[in-house]
Amino acid sequence: MIRSLLLTAAMSLPLTAPAAAETLKWATARDVYGLDPHAVTDSFTNIFTHHLYEPLVRYDAELRIEPALATRWEVIEPNRVRFFLRDGVTFHGGEAFDADDVIVSLTRAADPKSPLRGNLPGLTAVEKVDDLTVDVVMEGPTPLLNNYLTNIFILDSGWLEANGATAPIDASRGEEGYTTNNANGTGPFRLESRRPDALNVLVANEGWWDTPAHNLTRIEHSPIASAATRVAALLSGEIDLIEPAPLQDAARIEAADGVRMLENPGLRSIMMGINMGDSLVDGNVEGNPLKDLRVRQAMMHAINMDLIRDRIMRGKSRVTGSLIAPEVQGYTEAMDARLPYDPDRAKALLAEAGYPEGFAFNLNCPNDRYVNDEAICQAMAAMLTQSGFQPRLVTEPRQIHFQKVDERAVDVFMLGWATLPMLDGFSVLSAMLASPDGSYGTFTPAGYSNPRLDELTQAIAIEMDEEKRLAMLSEALMLAHEDIAWLPVHQQPLSWAARDTVEVPQAADDLVRLWYARVNN
Amino acid sequence: MFGFLVRRIVQSVFVMLAVALIAFMMFRFMGDPVNSMVSENASVAEREEVRARLGLDQPLYVQYARFVTRAAQGDFGLSWRNARPVSTLLAERFPATAELVLVAAGLSLVLGIPLGILTALRPRALSTQTLQFISLVGISLPTFVTGILLILTFSVWLGWLPSFGRGTVVDVGWWSTGFLTTTGLKALILPSVMLCLFQLTLIMRLVRAEMMEVLRTDYIKFARARGLSDRAIHFHHALRNTLIPVITIFGLQLGGLIAFAIITETVFQWPGMGALFIQAVSFGDVPVMAAYLVLVSLIFVTINTIVDLLYVVLDPRLRVDGARGAH
Repeated sequence: MIRSLLLTAAMSLPLTAPAAAETLKWATARDVYGLDPHAVTDSFTNIFTHHLYEPLVRYDAELRIEPALATRWEVIEPNRVRFFLRDGVTFHGGEAFDADDVIVSLTRAADPKSPLRGNLPGLTAVEKVDDLTVDVVMEGPTPLLNNYLTNIFILDSGWLEANGATAPIDASRGEEGYTTNNANGTGPFRLESRRPDALNVLVANEGWWDTPAHNLTRIEHSPIASAATRVAALLSGEIDLIEPAPLQDAARIEAADGVRMLENPGLRSIMMGINMGDSLVDGNVEGNPLKDLRVRQAMMHAINMDLIRDRIMRGKSRVTGSLIAPEVQGYTEAMDARLPYDPDRAKALLAEAGYPEGFAFNLNCPNDRYVNDEAICQAMAAMLTQSGFQPRLVTEPRQIHFQKVDERAVDVFMLGWATLPMLDGFSVLSAMLASPDGSYGTFTPAGYSNPRLDELTQAIAIEMDEEKRLAMLSEALMLAHEDIAWLPVHQQPLSWAARDTVEVPQAADDLVRLWYARVNN
Repeated sequence: MFGFLVRRIVQSVFVMLAVALIAFMMFRFMGDPVNSMVSENASVAEREEVRARLGLDQPLYVQYARFVTRAAQGDFGLSWRNARPVSTLLAERFPATAELVLVAAGLSLVLGIPLGILTALRPRALSTQTLQFISLVGISLPTFVTGILLILTFSVWLGWLPSFGRGTVVDVGWWSTGFLTTTGLKALILPSVMLCLFQLTLIMRLVRAEMMEVLRTDYIKFARARGLSDRAIHFHHALRNTLIPVITIFGLQLGGLIAFAIITETVFQWPGMGALFIQAVSFGDVPVMAAYLVLVSLIFVTINTIVDLLYVVLDPRLRVDGARGAH
């Protein structure tokens, strides 16, 4: 009798208890730079502020573009797009969302002094049609406008004005911005408190316009720089979700009770740039053998990517022949084919090109930027040596590595590209393949120039017909593939770890979207 | 005394100028922060413009001169990483480091001196041998290894203490303190143990050596002959004379504690100045690095000055010498 009473009591408990407060404790390798969504281009800061602020259109958990603060849009003229704004949205501070907020925010993000302007290139004007309609006017047709807009968050115009923060934050101006430490958005969470490098607390926004897919009431975000400590905090139960989880600790995390690894191939494709200028930076022969396609083919034959995947990447990377991941627009299967590992063929091709004894060049890698970057390069250097090349391996911290890449003081160099924030092959084309002309070709290897590819790049930039645009994009990427303008390596794996009670989608862009997260206690 | 202070202040200015100069010469090898500041898609022209706005296109001596002139007016500029004033950043982080160093220094004194006395008085006891062995381990293990071992034992296995952070802190004016909450005090334990371990073993060994030395001297023998109690001899006569070198070394090592705090703060995600410095290094945030290095050199100079003053106060012989030989 008593027993059954107790049982009934126990069973009725979940029904009578108030909805449990679901707190998610989240640790990342570093803190956000600040809370102003227009002040930095850092992708982690960007996704963190996305919990507080929202764009006109956003990516969903599968990286498809969907309406957010705009409900729909229309191309009025090739360079003028009309956005219809969502009615009844309020900011956390109670202010109503309207056209003025969009105008102020887009103008602020694209200001010449804003570091974010590169993420919204070619914005000419934002015009108010009525309180809930705006026209975005661009220099020319901008097929990727919505992709750009997923990263431009909307702030309240009155709030910015009241706090003297309408102008973008400018590090050279010498004063602190109000928006660095305060936030007032329309997003799924509100800022409760922030202690830089210690703790950021977000609480669910009860008045959010969207139906929450999450069941969180509170997010406690702690940056933990040391990877070993981050893993320890997860194992000890102090933290529910860590990102990134170090690959070398994966086995330990899998073996522990109550926690698991979350691993998937990410968008970031790793590749080796090849100096095709007139001379080598660090060579021992006249001219530049790397200009010869046969030599570049020999390089690809020389590298055993499957071995690198299995030994260095714990089988978690995806070996590619393409410069972009399958999720990115412009990808085709044809561009994913690789020349097979074949050291004999590599030697034969080298001899055919006139270098039977090989030649020296430098092989430059960062040692703190990509997953196992240094180890990959060590393996590559060994494999290239076996096939007759004479690589001189240089591994350096990222600041120095990328400075050398900027100066083209490199022969073969590692670079990773995720096409963020636009998720479109045009990103690779414009930044890494087009001939340098001031705005294009920031990372294009020295001496690489393919006129047909340049022509296609110009055309793709303004082609509004999506089908035609994609066809041209794939054609251009295929040209680069055949030229071996870059030597593709792999897609590096995403590596997070979480308690078993946490459900969170792991999108290929490696960004944590906690408005899709659930905690099942 | 006044002349001594003035000389020290002048010296410290030169030390700080030299530190800043060396720092600026090193920054050239740190690489280019512009890549961290602009978007991946930024064009070459945009990169150049950012570089120009930060003054990175200027020659080194111009950048250095500008830093020194502004710093002299109390303006350390804005952090390139998050556009916040460097002075605010340092002020925000200072309490965390200060509390950690204070507790670690306190622990090393409170534990180190008694342990040193104990091992000196009973040189052949088993407890002494054990302590000597443990102190050897403490002195030779790299601190980050000790830190990780402490985390594994007390956070992961036993679950007694937090593995990172400061717990709940309370703001008293601009000072954020972890002394007033239980979680704050618990969070202090592991990092301060890790940080103090080296100093603790050092002080213990130093006290032991000094004490054994003093116990052999004539005046101790004389005191014994007079029939004084062991207690009076050990603690009143011997210990006092032992402490003078200990205080000197302790003072000098206090600066070392602040420097070592960088590693402890990184392992335990302790939001202090050391953690700030490490971040600045990985970003190439020159204003923060420069200000931190200058501040640390100021702290070193100040501590050394105080130690020199204390030395004079503690040792009557120096006072006489100092008065006679006023140069």
